[in-house]
Amino acid sequence: MTRRSFFARNPSALIFIACLAVFTLAVTLMSEAYGPGLISTSFVKTLGKTLCLCLVALAMDLIWGYAGILSLGHMAFFALGGYMIGMWLMYARTEEIVVTALAQGGLPATPEEIQQGIATQIFGVVGSSDLPAIWSFAHSLPLQLILALAVPGLLALGFGWLAFRSRVTGVYLSILTQAMTLALALYLFQNDSGLRGNNGLSGLQNLPGLGDTAQDLVSIWFFWASALALGLGYLTLSWLVSGKFGSVVRAIRDDEARVRFLGYPVEVYKLFLFTLTALIAALAGVLYYPQAGIINPAELAPIASIYLAVWVAIGGRGRLYGAVLGAAFVSLLSSLFTSGRLPDIPLGPASLNWVDWWLVILGLSFVAVTLFAPKGIGGLFDRFQHIGAPDRKGAQLGPDDGSLQEQEAQK
Amino acid sequence: MTALLEVSGISVTFDGFRAINNLSFSIDEGELRAIIGPNGAGKTTFMDIVTGKTKPDAGTVTFGERSISLLGLNEARIARAGVGRKFQRPTVFEDQTVEANLILALKANRSPWRVLFWSPKAADMARVQELATEVGLGDQLQRKSGELSHGQKQWLEIAMLLAQEPRLLLVDEPAAGMTPAEREQTTTLLVSLAKTRAVVVVEHDMEFVRRLNCRVTVLHEGSVLAEGSLDHVTRDPQVISVYLGRG
Repeated sequence: MTRRSFFARNPSALIFIACLAVFTLAVTLMSEAYGPGLISTSFVKTLGKTLCLCLVALAMDLIWGYAGILSLGHMAFFALGGYMIGMWLMYARTEEIVVTALAQGGLPATPEEIQQGIATQIFGVVGSSDLPAIWSFAHSLPLQLILALAVPGLLALGFGWLAFRSRVTGVYLSILTQAMTLALALYLFQNDSGLRGNNGLSGLQNLPGLGDTAQDLVSIWFFWASALALGLGYLTLSWLVSGKFGSVVRAIRDDEARVRFLGYPVEVYKLFLFTLTALIAALAGVLYYPQAGIINPAELAPIASIYLAVWVAIGGRGRLYGAVLGAAFVSLLSSLFTSGRLPDIPLGPASLNWVDWWLVILGLSFVAVTLFAPKGIGGLFDRFQHIGAPDRKGAQLGPDDGSLQEQEAQK
Repeated sequence: MTALLEVSGISVTFDGFRAINNLSFSIDEGELRAIIGPNGAGKTTFMDIVTGKTKPDAGTVTFGERSISLLGLNEARIARAGVGRKFQRPTVFEDQTVEANLILALKANRSPWRVLFWSPKAADMARVQELATEVGLGDQLQRKSGELSHGQKQWLEIAMLLAQEPRLLLVDEPAAGMTPAEREQTTTLLVSLAKTRAVVVVEHDMEFVRRLNCRVTVLHEGSVLAEGSLDHVTRDPQVISVYLGRG
């Protein structure tokens, strides 16, 4: 039997990659680094960050839209990835500064002096001058990159193993994931957690060794890297959900017990998906925070993960491009409305301040999408392709839900 | 001949209510067996115990010629060991095509890694086509199974069970909600299935059981009340009092 190629079976993947490539090229040619500068460097960074958010939305869609596990903790994995890369960025950058400063004394600095200098520089803000043990690997980029995936991955593996093994499902699992991210955030807020408490890590946009390179260039490099990661992530996930594996995953969402009686180890599948999506989220975080420049424990607050769920719901669950559209659309609108650049709208005695009212508008549109367009933005594509859900009216022909209705059967 | 499934002395209590009380039961390879009993006799709980959904408080359940204990295994492991279960309501994956449903059920390695890299071989697709044809869905492979009629869903589920190739099949009220013609067809299918594997049918309907023409086990208040041919058990005064006396 001949199989059609991957793209023939998944035309949306090809369209997505083409759109992403055109978008990347267009932004590059309009950037300050490679073009006339129609797009400012700060906006290139915003777009690059948005691509990272799209990638984490893809992960959320896999775990929620396809597998039906509403995790409210995936931004914790995202932020942990960011913290891990941030430790290296901050350490290496501070090392450069310390070495330069000590070199002015005349005598070459000893490693102990450098170490001490770095520790004082980084931890002076929380009243300490010792480098905590968790910074032991911060001097090495490869080690810290491994940690950026290993720490969120192992956390997801351990948490998932405990939760899925006890068959915690539905809203209870959502609450557990939220408790996890809240606990982690509260821990990181402490000064003695070793990650500078509520100050977080800063100056991450300055890449070590590239002090002379302008941010114009750095921003576009990160934009490319984010686009590449998003493209590869999209291809991997659409391959994953298109085959028998995707079929099993959707079956688990629809009727977990039945899948068990077919002989599939449901818990192992869930654990696999939970860990995989945590790794994707961590990777997105690694690319996001050097563009954001700063990370602090507020990034792990449960609200961040709830936003993630809102993006995916507005974009359309259970379809990968829906998640990407939702994340891009809502987060760009959000940065527009909260930028403070939009003029207030006077309404008689009061005035509509966008910064204050944006959350209310977002909340209302989330409710509206859930009620009136459960397929989200992605549902519009179905309308263009005339793939509609059957218009169900009349009495059911069979004795249970889902059987053909009278009027459908007549068509 | 050794028994395929050997259940001995199991008891289960739910919040003080004894659903299964020192029940013993065994079935041989390739045997067809009907289990009847009034509501609350423990028929469904018995199936839950065999398939691993419920753990008994006491007793043993062993399966196969090596007599592996099913009690330590979870549902998925028991299913892989060769016990298939058909629920009363048709449970197919409505959002997926008939073909996808059958591929899911097809006997193959179930571990995530192997499933991830699974690709359809010609033999697999031929088997899917063959199974679908056998249950009259041969030309409906690409339809979403949610669109099928109730009867067609029942048949699809039976095809899925066949694809699983179980050695023991537990069927819960297969004739519920079927037309007389469909009942006739179901009877024929169950009898032919029992030639290659053991089949346990849980049923309410005496008429249906009569047509199956097999050994019958009567359950009452969680234990076996009588066992034998249908004529034998219907003459049993205890069975008569349970069915007629107190309903």
